Amino acid sequence: MSDMTENTALTRRRFLAGSAAGALIIGFNLPAPGRFGAALAAGGGDTPLVNGWLIIAPDNSITVRVASSEMGQGVYTSMPMLIAEELEVGMDQIAAEMSPVGPQFTNLAFNMQATGGSTSIRWSFEPLRRVGAQAREVLRAAAARTWNVPLAQTRAERGQIHHTGSGRIATYGELAPLAATLTPPAEVSLKPRSEWKLLGTPAKRLDSAMKATGTAGFGIDVQLDGMLVATVAACPTFGGKLKSVDEGPAMAVKGVRKVLRLPDAVVVVADGYWPARKGLAALQPQWEPGDNASNSTARISERLQAGLNGGDGARAMAKGDAAALAGAAKTVSATYEAPLLAHATMEPMNATAHVRSDGVDVWLPTQSPGLIPGIVAKLTGVAPEQVTVHTTFLGGGFGRRFEMDFMIQAVLASQAAGAPVKLIWSREEDTRHDFYRPPSAARLEGGVDGAGKPLALKARICCPSIFERVFPQFINNGVDSTAVEGIADTAYDFDNLHVDYVMQDVGVPVGFWRAVGNSQNAFFMDGFVDELAHAAGRDPMDFRRDLFTGDRRNAALLEKLARESGWGKAPAGRAQGVSIHHSFGSLVGQVMEISLQGDAVTVHKVTCVVDCGTFINPDTIRAQVESSIVYGLTAAWFGEIEIEGGAARQGNYDTYRMLRLAQMPAVDTHIMVNDEAPGGMGEPALPPAAPALANAIFAASGKRYRSLPLSRHGLRPA
Amino acid sequence: MQYTLKLNDRQHTVDVDPDTPLLWVIRDNLGLTGTKFGCGIAQCGACTVHVGGQPVRSCSYPVSAVGTQSVRTIENLQDHPVQQAWIEQDVPQCGYCQSGMIMAAVALLEANPNPAPDDIDRQISNICRCGTYNRVRSAILAAARRA
Repeated sequence: MSDMTENTALTRRRFLAGSAAGALIIGFNLPAPGRFGAALAAGGGDTPLVNGWLIIAPDNSITVRVASSEMGQGVYTSMPMLIAEELEVGMDQIAAEMSPVGPQFTNLAFNMQATGGSTSIRWSFEPLRRVGAQAREVLRAAAARTWNVPLAQTRAERGQIHHTGSGRIATYGELAPLAATLTPPAEVSLKPRSEWKLLGTPAKRLDSAMKATGTAGFGIDVQLDGMLVATVAACPTFGGKLKSVDEGPAMAVKGVRKVLRLPDAVVVVADGYWPARKGLAALQPQWEPGDNASNSTARISERLQAGLNGGDGARAMAKGDAAALAGAAKTVSATYEAPLLAHATMEPMNATAHVRSDGVDVWLPTQSPGLIPGIVAKLTGVAPEQVTVHTTFLGGGFGRRFEMDFMIQAVLASQAAGAPVKLIWSREEDTRHDFYRPPSAARLEGGVDGAGKPLALKARICCPSIFERVFPQFINNGVDSTAVEGIADTAYDFDNLHVDYVMQDVGVPVGFWRAVGNSQNAFFMDGFVDELAHAAGRDPMDFRRDLFTGDRRNAALLEKLARESGWGKAPAGRAQGVSIHHSFGSLVGQVMEISLQGDAVTVHKVTCVVDCGTFINPDTIRAQVESSIVYGLTAAWFGEIEIEGGAARQGNYDTYRMLRLAQMPAVDTHIMVNDEAPGGMGEPALPPAAPALANAIFAASGKRYRSLPLSRHGLRPA
Repeated sequence: MQYTLKLNDRQHTVDVDPDTPLLWVIRDNLGLTGTKFGCGIAQCGACTVHVGGQPVRSCSYPVSAVGTQSVRTIENLQDHPVQQAWIEQDVPQCGYCQSGMIMAAVALLEANPNPAPDDIDRQISNICRCGTYNRVRSAILAAARRA
């Protein structure tokens, strides 16, 4: 299709060579079998290794492998910080790279190599420091042996071992070949917190420069010799199949190579994305819509309401006495509802596969590389050991890139085309074939005693189950914990708390969305707690004080939030709303300060206080707070996937709207300092955003909104 | 159809259909992948490049409309003050929208070297799903001070 002039070809070669010179995207051009293979072997070769996480080369370069997928949350910097702290090197002395698939990279929170649930720091906090400490100790041992001095006379500092007696110095690179032959001590002592140099201090991101110059390699940027590009259309109706398609019109488009029929989709393979897309547009596939053809948003809502109103629920929490409500001085009952949501990562779903008889390489932005070898082996008949996964940077993940659907399509396309194929979804395909945040409905009943103190809470939650599809073994006595999280395990101390779950299929695939069940359950919970406070005639912040009497950290966070937000002291014409929610090991409180101008709402300021225990990179935490607030506010304002004729109605950003820069509020973040175990930070600041906003709108207008998005109620961000 | 494009100060000839968006010529034919595909309908701005000095959303800009105008992509920026400010303030998170964001910011500063925060709010309409907006605003103001 293209006929490049020599000039262009030259530029292209230069570009690719230039890319390869940056260590991070080596391997984008060509499959590089053996690169990691050699690196994973213990010792030997020209590249002495201390262990599979870390490469210290004779030229003194230090490369840290990052097992978690970098999707914006900063693990590409924070995980190397853990190793660097104990290795005694500065962040300016190391480079990071994505890890291959390997047993040592298993996320110990899931027992598989995957990124999600805000677990990266939580699981790696101790193991990665141990990796750094072991490397430091073998380097010291190598120096002691080289100099024939006692180990105790050596110390590590900024990439060098010093001999305290003679002042001799050797670099890690010089010592690496000998160190690679030594066995690291099984037991190493980790530095006490008081001696930390890096952890807990702001570190520059290791990926900023790449991302500011356009050289960071995302999945969609993969280029291989002889590579074709494909795009796909799946049956619009969920669960439907491809009946037939006449491939003629696509094959007539210049640059189209192949039309591939999958059971539920049609794929067009071409010389580039544009001819593939034109070819796909020319086709008129005939679909067998299946059982969901008459499904609609109204029908889904009816199913959820039916689940609230009848049938047995599964008991998710039973604490205290449910009958306590009968003795309440005041009771409140309310029904809340939250819609289906798409992830809308900025980088549309894509994957590149090269299927050969001797093995398969896949390059993709994925949150779960560890799942891939087994799946590809089944698809292609090669052994799992012959499958090489190259995890790229992720242009957003948010749980969507846990899924394997797009990867499978790329492998099948490469297999059919007999060539490397990069398969790219259109934005419309991405929005209409997501694994959506489950729609959910909840009925809450609560009561306060004569003094206006919270007494009891009952919740009945109806929504489809995520685990039923992905991890059915995690469903416990009919309860999918992701459906009730944030309510059944609320941080609020209700003496009497009863939560039931009703599992209800809705004919739409559901999956992990950022903060998962907490994303809607915080809206339910903290909206309802606000209702209870109002019924008791009490200040919403003060009312929550009575729900935090049992936990020192929670109480401290609330007081900090009240102080920093200037709670109760908003300027005239402004109102405040509060939400405090615990998820993924961290407690986050937010106060939104707003004003109303008719149907337009201005969020003047968000005050956010975070208790995530021991933290690694405070600058990343601030970024994640802003990130989570935008994600939460976008959903609160606009987020809704409607179902019509069994298919998703919204397709692109014109109808599935996103918050933009002009609507971004000022965010004032405060991090509690303590030495508790690390909590997650990729998600926990999201859940409070919607309820804090809705509670502020109530404070301003007296109107309580119990369903999202707020745009459905005629409101808009100013 | 053959088109000769002046892109990043070099001439390139490509043979593509006239309706091919400039984005896909840049990415698939010329192999420059800094410019990203986000939506295909000029909504998100991840594909922002400069054509004739103006920011355009290249996913919806047919190659046939380029003519003799020069095209500039992120690869043509050399340690630009906007990039320096971006790195200094660690603006990127996932980073996918950032090339387009930076090209939009560079165009804004070329037209208005001293923007007020309101000017930035009005003119930067690119979507960032990670919510780098506040740092984007602050980095543009820092770049303006630097230039």
